[in-house]
Formats: sequence, structure tokens, C-alpha cells
Amino acid sequence: MNYLWAFVIGGAICVVGQLLIDYTSLTPARILTGYVVSGVILSAVGLYKPLVDLAGAGASVPLLGFGHLLAQGVKQAVDQCGLPGIFTGGLTAAAGGIAASILFGLLAALIGKSRDQN
Amino acid sequence: MAIRRKDTVLFEKPPVIAAWAAAGGKKEGEGPLASGFDFLTRDAAFPEEACANWEQAESLLQQKAAEACLRKAGISRKEVDLALAGDLQAQCTASNYTMRALEIPFAGIYGACSTMAETLALAASLAAGGAVQQVLAMTSSHFCAAERQFRTPLDYGAKRTPTAQWTATAAGACLLRAPGQAGVPVLSVTFGRVQDYEVHDINNMGAAMMPAAASTLLRYFAATGTAPADFDVIFTGDLGEVGSALLRQQMEQEGVPLPNHQDCGCLLYDVSTQNVQAGGSGPGCSAAVLCAHILPRLQAGEYRRVLFMATGALMSQTTFLQGESIPGIAHCVELAGEGTV
Amino acid sequence: MKLNPKDYAHMVSRASPPSPVAKDCLWAFFVGGGICLLGEILRQFFLIWYDTSLAGTLTSIALIFMSAVCTVAGWYQKLAAKAGAGTLVPITGFANSVVSPAIEFKAEGWVSGVGARIFGIAGPVIAYGTAASAVWGLLYWLLGKVG
Repeated sequence: MNYLWAFVIGGAICVVGQLLIDYTSLTPARILTGYVVSGVILSAVGLYKPLVDLAGAGASVPLLGFGHLLAQGVKQAVDQCGLPGIFTGGLTAAAGGIAASILFGLLAALIGKSRDQN
Repeated sequence: MAIRRKDTVLFEKPPVIAAWAAAGGKKEGEGPLASGFDFLTRDAAFPEEACANWEQAESLLQQKAAEACLRKAGISRKEVDLALAGDLQAQCTASNYTMRALEIPFAGIYGACSTMAETLALAASLAAGGAVQQVLAMTSSHFCAAERQFRTPLDYGAKRTPTAQWTATAAGACLLRAPGQAGVPVLSVTFGRVQDYEVHDINNMGAAMMPAAASTLLRYFAATGTAPADFDVIFTGDLGEVGSALLRQQMEQEGVPLPNHQDCGCLLYDVSTQNVQAGGSGPGCSAAVLCAHILPRLQAGEYRRVLFMATGALMSQTTFLQGESIPGIAHCVELAGEGTV
Repeated sequence: MKLNPKDYAHMVSRASPPSPVAKDCLWAFFVGGGICLLGEILRQFFLIWYDTSLAGTLTSIALIFMSAVCTVAGWYQKLAAKAGAGTLVPITGFANSVVSPAIEFKAEGWVSGVGARIFGIAGPVIAYGTAASAVWGLLYWLLGKVG
């Protein structure tokens, strides 16, 4: 069941993004930014955690999940160390993803080559 | 001498396009006009010429067109008095570096996708006035150079909207000569006025440029007392399918229907199968269609009289981000069949 | 000319072909869902050895790696041309938005090309995500003080 929910919820979150692309003039960059901020808000009001419990990667892999990760990280850090947690919590939780993107990005630049789209 | 009627400059003794050449990349070589090209490459990165980046690749492509044109004209580059060239890259660098290699006196021109008609119109005026005997008019565009400058990295995953147009990897070069020599006569030129009807959608350039096309056409017809029926074909630059439909609709409303209209953006590619959305664009698009399709037919006598009007969208990445609408321009060149004047 | 900007906006929207929404959404659903399903398979695999939090992080890293490989090979862009939001919204899309400028701007050098532009697309996501999380953190801290 885990797998089915992951597929369906993940797919549905992407469909919402597609509808935004097709029906509004929002650029992909704005949609992604909106997704992350929405993820933070949904997580803050307690709506996102149940979705992650149900769908696993179906909720954590879309960028909404990235926002959820940031929000959860901040909450944990504030619990642990109070006010300074505001600054450290979010990026600490998201560090793995961001660092992986940078490192694999640099490696890709080392071996990759810009190519024509024919 | 030239006669001026409103915005149109008519040449009593028309200068001529004595030679021309088109260069293109892979997609252009798979398109319906492939056989008309003088140079086609399967790999527009030019790896065999140790080309380091897409900007250099575009310069090389423009150089191929220029060299083929001079070869066909049977002259060396030392005999050319002036070259007028432009392109889409910031500061027109594709042309600048082409001209660094060619060492011909050079004036850089910017007209976005209208550049071919603009350089042609200026070159014809200079040749008709006796300022130059032999002058090159040329332009280029390269899909990859345009994409990385104006849109996103080439490997960035993005879906194109159906109204978007595909920047052609193509270049065109024309050698014009003073009146009285063999070639395709340039009967008149009309420089356009900038038109802005508040289109903001950067993925719908045809719509942004259509008013400029209609405006220049109407001015031309009014100034010269001509009608669409006087021409075999009225070619527009790169309005694509959306802009072309809008142009026909608008001209219908103005009481000047255009049954004989064709658009370079829809001619360069097979729009239904080549995955170019609404058609081709970029300065190289209309330039390549002019040199690979229109001029050969004027030379062969298949056309007796045509209008070639290239359209350009005059925004930049900065003005777009600042929320400005997209102004358009269209320059029109009237061409006659070789030997008909 | 018999044209004004307001009428023209209507004329343009009538003349412009609409996006094939149903087809786009099917692509987005199956590709996006598929990427999430792959994520869940990876996550269950990592859960054999690690706790939920670390398994989640490892899942992200694995997907980012796969996205980078596909981007270098030129496959990600090809899939995205059809899948739209299906490849944009998952973390693989975020990775593609970091990897593709890194490759593209190598021509302008390692510092002012790759380094400066690596977050050209993904930067806003991190900036506003971090800002939103800080606002939430402040609220949460204040709620703790009051409550």
C-alpha cells in the first residue's frame, strides 16, 4: 500500500503543478518557489506531516516535502536551543539535499558538456 | 536616385542582390528547405574546428554563409566595400567575431529577428546611392547560443508552450551590387516603426510582432498604391503559426486580405513533425529562407515580384523581467524576378 | 491600424493554441508519480538500516544523483519536454536546475561561470524556503513563550 500511495500522492502533487503551468502564466521558477513556501506553511499548520505518514516519498520527494523538511528542522532546533534555532534548523535539515546537488553539479560540470537539442 | 514616398524608399535604378548563401544546422537540414542550403552541418557545435562554445559556433556558421556567398559571387573578400551584419547575442558578438575573421569594413546592426530585412534595406540604399559598389548584408542565429542567453541552460528540463517558437541555427548572407548589374533587383525598402500592443508573453513572439508586420505592410501599400495581388508571395519574417494567423485576421479587418502570405518561420521547418511548436524564429530563420528559398525562385523566374518583410521583437531579458511589454518592428524589402526590370 | 491593445489581447488568446491539458496532466501524473514511487522503493531499502530521518535524506541524495546522471546524459531534458511538472516538481527537478547551469556555464569559467550561476534557477527556492522556515521558527518560538 505504501508504494501505491507514494505513486498516487506524488503524481497528484505534480498534476497540480502542471495545471499551474497550463492555466496560469507562472514560470517554473515561480512554481517551485511557491511549492517550497507552501510546504513550509502546510507543515507549520500541521497538515503535511499526516500526508508524509501516509504517502512516504510521495509527499517528501516533491518540493512541498523540501519545505516540510525546512519547517520541521526549524521546529526541532527551536525546541533544542531556542531562538538561534530559527537560523540553524532549516538548512541543517536540508543540508543533505543541497550539498548533494552542489557536489553532483560540480562533478557533472567536470564531465558533462552542453549539448544541442535536436 | 531614390524616391521617397512616405516611409518607403523606391529605387529608380534598383541595386541588385548578386549572390547569396544560406548555412544551417541539423534540424534545418532535416527541414523542407534542406536542398536550398549552401552549407549544412550535422553538428552545429563544430567540434572538428576546435570550437569552444556556442557563441563561437554561431560566428563560424555566419562565416560559412559569408564565405559561400563570396564564392558564389566569384570575388574575394578584399573586393567587398562594406558588410552590414547583426545577430541576437548581446552586443552582436556573433557578427563581431565573424567580421574579425573576414576583415571587411563593418557596421554592426541590431534588429533582433528583423535583421536580415534591415541589413538588406540599408545595403540596398547604400548601393543605390553610390556609397558602396559591393556590400554584404547578413545575419545569423544559433539555437544553443540564444537558449543559454535568453532562456535556460540547454540541459534544463522544461516543457515548451504550444505558442513558443524555435530559434533557428542558421545564417544567411547576401552580396548586393550597385544598379545595372546581374542579380535580383531590390525595387524598394520600407523601414518599419516600432509597434507595441502590450503583449507580455515571451513565449508568444509571433503575437508580439504581428502588429509591426501589419503596420509596415499597410504603410507600404498606402505609399506605393499597390495591393497584395500585385505580388506572387508576401513573405513575413518569423511570425510562426500564431502570428501568421493573427496577421491574416488583422489584414482582413483592414480590408486588405492576404491570400498569398507565407511565413518564413513556417517554411524553414515542417511544423507538424519537427517539434518546433509554432515554428521557427531568430534572425537566421528569415535569412536562411530568403537565401535558400526565395532568392533562388526569383532568379529562376518562378516569382516575378515578392515582398520580404522580416519582423523583430525588441525586448531584452532585463526589460522582460522589469515587466515591460514586447515592442515589435518589421522592415519590408520589395524584390523582383531577375531580368524583369 | 484598426487595433487596440485590449481587443488584441482577446484576439491573441483566441488565436493561440491552448496547452493539451489532459495529456500534459497524464504525463505529469505518471512520470511524477513514478519518480516518487522510485523514491519510496529507495526509502524502504534505506529503512532496513537507518532511521526515518536519515533514510529520507539518503533517498533525496540518491534521487539527486540519478537526476545528475540523467542530466549529463541529456535524458532529463528529453523526458521533461514531455513530462512537464512531472519532472519539475520532484527533487530530481531541483537537482536538474542545479546541475544544468553548472554544465552550461562551464564555458564562462569555474568561478564566474559554474560557481556563480549554479544556483541561478534553484537559488530562489532555497532563499524563500529558508526565509519562510525562519518566519515559522519565530512564530513557533513566540507561541512557546506565550503558551
